[in-house]
Amino acid sequence: MNPILLTAPDLLTAASLIVLDGALSIALHLDLHWRLAVATARMVVQLLLVGFVLRLVFARADPALTLLVVLVMTAIAAREVAARPAWRFARGGNLIVGGAAVASATALTSILALTTAIRPTPWYDPHYAVPLTGIILGNVLNGASIALDGILGGVAQQRAAIEARLALGDPFRLATRALRADSLRRAMLPAINQMSAAGIITLPGIMTGQIIAGMDPLEAAKYQILLMFLLTGASALAAVVTVVVAGRRLTDGRERLRLDRLRERRRT
Amino acid sequence: MTGLRIHGLRSALAGPFELEVNAGECAAVTGPSGSGKSLFLRMIADLDPNEGEVALGDVARGSVPAPDWRRRAVYVAAEPGWWDPRVEAHFRRQDAEAAVALAETLGLTEAHLSGEVSRLSTGERQRLALVRALVRGPEALLLDEPTGALDRASVVRAAAFLAQRKRDGLIVVLVTHDEDLAAQLGDVRRRMQDRRFAV
Repeated sequence: MNPILLTAPDLLTAASLIVLDGALSIALHLDLHWRLAVATARMVVQLLLVGFVLRLVFARADPALTLLVVLVMTAIAAREVAARPAWRFARGGNLIVGGAAVASATALTSILALTTAIRPTPWYDPHYAVPLTGIILGNVLNGASIALDGILGGVAQQRAAIEARLALGDPFRLATRALRADSLRRAMLPAINQMSAAGIITLPGIMTGQIIAGMDPLEAAKYQILLMFLLTGASALAAVVTVVVAGRRLTDGRERLRLDRLRERRRT
Repeated sequence: MTGLRIHGLRSALAGPFELEVNAGECAAVTGPSGSGKSLFLRMIADLDPNEGEVALGDVARGSVPAPDWRRRAVYVAAEPGWWDPRVEAHFRRQDAEAAVALAETLGLTEAHLSGEVSRLSTGERQRLALVRALVRGPEALLLDEPTGALDRASVVRAAAFLAQRKRDGLIVVLVTHDEDLAAQLGDVRRRMQDRRFAV
């Protein structure tokens, strides 16, 4: 069975819903219609652009080009991880932490999936490598940014408690153990909740897409299960790397708490 | 040779400082707020980046791991931090008995030790922080305004308590606004001005 392909009139019919939203915004003075228009335009342009780029990448099937696309996606995700927390390290430290976490977790999980479970030939076939990396990056981004926000916000807030332990001669690891555990827990909860809700509260996007594209629902479910394992594993891994790398930057060779390396983002 | 020796202690913010305190003696540092008194204590405890030589007896600071050093020279902040809602969680189990004995000499009861930190007054917290530091058995105590939140009777009791600890051989570096306390306990006196000792 082949997927039912969409035509321009099909999309335009659906777009009438957006027009309706805009009319609603004007009628009810929600003042959202301009933002709605910009968001809609961005969405359409961004997705079509990605479609064209992927079509090109798939047609070329050049490993170097695939790697370049994956690297650009990873860099954007790392930047997002770095930008979200209210606190940041001086001299681009957040970007280093975000980059280390996102790159290591995504690379490890994607390569594991491509060489063991999915096994396309060759394993770096862009049809599989690019979308898989993309969906893993989304989850890794969440895990890493929650962990980073937790540890940086927590360390600033709990400064007196941590320094009290250090002053009594506790090592830095012990003085920050509760904080690190708490950040990890918060970072892992979304992935766990996502698994609990899968299939009951929401039909996951990948599974929906594959069913619409004509795949047997049970086969689609198996794919989704594999993905859930990968996503949960990847976001936990990213959170751990974040906590370890950020923790190391918060101290020095004499086990001090180096809050002088942190800056608070100006709230607007 | 026992005692605390500080030579060329400086950071980007304060110093350089020279100071020697013998075992059983107290160095009292007074001076206006913001003159660098807390910075000075934090540098001795190696809590802020700094340079210079600090030694306790024949143990040089740089020759031991930082946590090891901080167990020998314990810094007690003016507003001590607490990492658990329960007071007792701040004491190791083997120190519990010693903690009760010390707390009682400072006018606290066992109830203070088994309660919650949030229910304690600032003065009670300050005294418990002193107990918490002493049960770890330091050679030197670095006290930042230890009587700042205490009433007169408690200050007298704390002073007598510290004098007793000095007789037991404890080294004290005391930073305070209280000139009377500094005169009473200080064997060595220094005045802090603009982040260095006034001559």
